[in-house]
Amino acid sequence: MAEEFPKIYLYHRIVQAKLFIDNNFAGNINLDAIADEAFFSKFHFIRLFKMAYGKTPHQYLTALRIEKAKLLLQTNTSVTDTCFAVGFESLSSFAGLFKRTTGTTPSLYQQQQKERQHAISKNPLQFIPNCFAENNGWTENRNFKEVL
Amino acid sequence: MNHVSIFVLNQDSAYDFYVNKLGFKVHTDAAMGPGMRWLTVCPPEQPGLEISLMAIADGMMFNKESAQQMRELVAKGTFGFGVFECNDLLATYEELKAKGVEFTKAPKKEFYGFEALFKDDSGNWFSLGEKEQK
Repeated sequence: MAEEFPKIYLYHRIVQAKLFIDNNFAGNINLDAIADEAFFSKFHFIRLFKMAYGKTPHQYLTALRIEKAKLLLQTNTSVTDTCFAVGFESLSSFAGLFKRTTGTTPSLYQQQQKERQHAISKNPLQFIPNCFAENNGWTENRNFKEVL
Repeated sequence: MNHVSIFVLNQDSAYDFYVNKLGFKVHTDAAMGPGMRWLTVCPPEQPGLEISLMAIADGMMFNKESAQQMRELVAKGTFGFGVFECNDLLATYEELKAKGVEFTKAPKKEFYGFEALFKDDSGNWFSLGEKEQK
């Protein structure tokens, strides 16, 4: 491992930058400032980040915001509130990016998720392979609503 | 393969480990009756592979004695349930360590590849490799 120490030191700084993005995605993140904080030139930072995570910091931040938006939309948060809660400043850019990434609009995604959640709570056996259900004694006649 | 099970000691704690630490996505989380829950997660790049986080409970798949034995075996790290691959092992190792994941082996170049070993919150252990060694 001795030859890895300098490399691990670089990785430690890149990982800290990534965790900073993870914890502050909703704010106005300045990627230049993150590169400075990590003691990298912007170019070097982007290159190392992409090598580690397969995305540039900006691509990663955008993808993270969309993933967080999907989670919020599953909780009945409105599309507008979701947009601003995950750090987008424009509803149209959020909706456009969401559709390019997921193939559907935020409102349709929310509707689909709501219907799926309803189906799971109404008939969970639809979502469980039969062998697992039988082994656990979860039969068709069971009243799942008792814990809802 | 589209379903595989990992036996866990506590589903709430396993949810936190696999979702908040490993970054897996919840596929299905369904209440199945008092104290019972069907909880599956997917690695972020494998949405078709549902990993069922199965609670070890007596009365269903296990009788009371077997459940106790199973809990003890899992807790003492008997079972190695699989191999995960990541884009960059050193980066993932640093990140998971920062999130409190316990590694039993730091990244090491072996004759078969670059590998680390980690444990989940129950005691199940996994190999972590790199897709393409750099």
